[in-house]
Amino acid sequence: MKNLLEINDLKVTFPTNDGFVNAVDGVSLTVAPGETVAIVGESGSGKTVTSLSVIGLHNPKVTQISGSIMVKDKDESLDIVSAPLDKIRGYRGRVVSMIFQDPMSSLHPYYKIGSQLAEAYLVHHPGKKEAANKKAIEMLELVGISEPQMRAREYPHQFSGGMRQRVMIAMALMNDPALLIADEPTTALDVTVQAQILQLLKDLQKKSNMGILLITHDLGVVAQVADRVSVMYAGRMVEQGDVDDIFYSPHAPYTLGLLKSVPKMGAKNSERLKAIPGQPPSLINLPKACAFAPRCEYTSLAPAGSCESVRPDLIGVTESHKSRCHVPEEKRDKLFAAEIKGARA
Amino acid sequence: MSTPLLSVRNLQKYFPTSRNVGFKKQKLQVKAVDGISFDLMKGETFGLVGESGCGKTTAGRTILKLIEPTAGEIIFEGQDITKLRPGLMTPLRSQMQIIFQDPFSALNPRQTVGKIISAPFEIQKVTPAGGVRNEVSALMERVGLNPEHYNRYPHEFSGGQRQRIGIARAIALKPKLIVADEPVSALDVSIQAQVINLIDDLQKADGISIVFIAHNLSVVQHISDRVAVMYLGKIMELAKTEDLFTAPHHPYTTALLSAVPQPDPRGERNRERIILKGDLPSPINPPAGCVFNTRCWKVQEVCRSKTPELLTVGKSQVACHFPE
Repeated sequence: MKNLLEINDLKVTFPTNDGFVNAVDGVSLTVAPGETVAIVGESGSGKTVTSLSVIGLHNPKVTQISGSIMVKDKDESLDIVSAPLDKIRGYRGRVVSMIFQDPMSSLHPYYKIGSQLAEAYLVHHPGKKEAANKKAIEMLELVGISEPQMRAREYPHQFSGGMRQRVMIAMALMNDPALLIADEPTTALDVTVQAQILQLLKDLQKKSNMGILLITHDLGVVAQVADRVSVMYAGRMVEQGDVDDIFYSPHAPYTLGLLKSVPKMGAKNSERLKAIPGQPPSLINLPKACAFAPRCEYTSLAPAGSCESVRPDLIGVTESHKSRCHVPEEKRDKLFAAEIKGARA
Repeated sequence: MSTPLLSVRNLQKYFPTSRNVGFKKQKLQVKAVDGISFDLMKGETFGLVGESGCGKTTAGRTILKLIEPTAGEIIFEGQDITKLRPGLMTPLRSQMQIIFQDPFSALNPRQTVGKIISAPFEIQKVTPAGGVRNEVSALMERVGLNPEHYNRYPHEFSGGQRQRIGIARAIALKPKLIVADEPVSALDVSIQAQVINLIDDLQKADGISIVFIAHNLSVVQHISDRVAVMYLGKIMELAKTEDLFTAPHHPYTTALLSAVPQPDPRGERNRERIILKGDLPSPINPPAGCVFNTRCWKVQEVCRSKTPELLTVGKSQVACHFPE
């Protein structure tokens, strides 16, 4: 296996009182060493559930999960979907690590920063307390916290939001993982601090050649750090490709709609924003149709009735660029390119 | 120039707080808003931007006298309302309304939408022509809600729809001033654009003046006529939107603009970014001199001792000893 992560046809379903919620519905993606892959989508699109599945944080008793999530560790690899829990635990933190969205609630308020960091190391290196403490201070320094010796003896409430997110990154990197999952790592932070954290992640990636799976709803962040992008809508991947493909020649109507609805800095502010009408659908018992069809303005270009009755497949535009839409590609190609140009001008 | 609808002069809001020093309590003050001044013209949208903790929300609430200012003056339509008692404020309240940030906590979960939107009529004891029920239905239609949902409860609506309910309530009495406090930050991108367009349309139709508070610079640029950038309770720069975004004069504005990632990968790759060091200092004990001096890359000796005043530089007003 060349890639660090290979997700193949992942489906995650939660039974609820109202019916089955198809949170993730057939997602496939890969992450190679040194690469940043972003999953973009709005709330409820299934991006966080996908990322949680990768480190096996779904509850096996209530979640129905199928497909495969292959994670590479040196010469062997493990399927997180079917592996037993103790095997997954051996991977968690050591091979795959995660940074959570909210640095305020992800640290334990009763324990000192240093000991929380050391714990992450001790799980995989039992008994090596001294090495763990040394590593904790080393990592704090690496993520740019001054006077790490002293700061390691402080509690989370003595750290600001940006500092706590740095601590979360340090903790995720305690065992030098090959793959880092960052779930909305900067959403809770201010822009000036966000810029610091994104720069830090980039620098760390350069040093260790780790792969990053970035979950975000912010298209600006994606444009700044991602190499490849997957766009999700209602649990399904609607478009996948290199970052330039997605931003300059989108082929899924939803991607196009998203790009057009963001106000751009530098644009004349007299123009109206091109909003996507309607609301995202409920994920409970989704009908067998294109989930975006009720909000889509291009359904008339597709073969009659297809959008309302058949789920489109993820079809390649080029080898690396795929999209899901019933509108014939030759019709989309020029139309979408012109629209995106118009929106940028 | 026409007379402003609202004038804010040297507005201050300090919150008392305390810290234990040994066995004694030391009294301290959080300087949330520390002397801001601006005018709001009729029909104008005035953007107030800044990072969390810069005092923009406190400023918005103090302007409406939802919290009492510590010092300064608020003049609404020529009348000084700073010292007005709550009882005397009530008739003025129909002229000034607020849209809150979080559409999930701003609506009473036990009241129907109809009841929520008709509350302003009840409180002000106004009966619109055609009756309250008809007026509320018309309002719901205006903000893009189905009037048939009159008897539904807030939990039956999505975030974007709830924000529309909040907007309908705010425009019910045809106010002259609306303070919109982060009205779209809790919404998804595709819904955000819908709500921004709605606010834009309503304002153009009714000529309402809006103080638009947000941390998202792209949104503020889109909607505002003029923008003030706040940092630690003070205005750093105030200018026409176009001037502020094309030619920022204050180093903080420059840094803030350069920090916002744009949905343009090719542009992002070649962009020079000013990354500020450190975090926002505590508003309990703000730095002496210019409050930005701890993070500024152009800092000189004078910045640490003398507070810069908001002075005219080019077409903008800037509080900096060394404006660009």
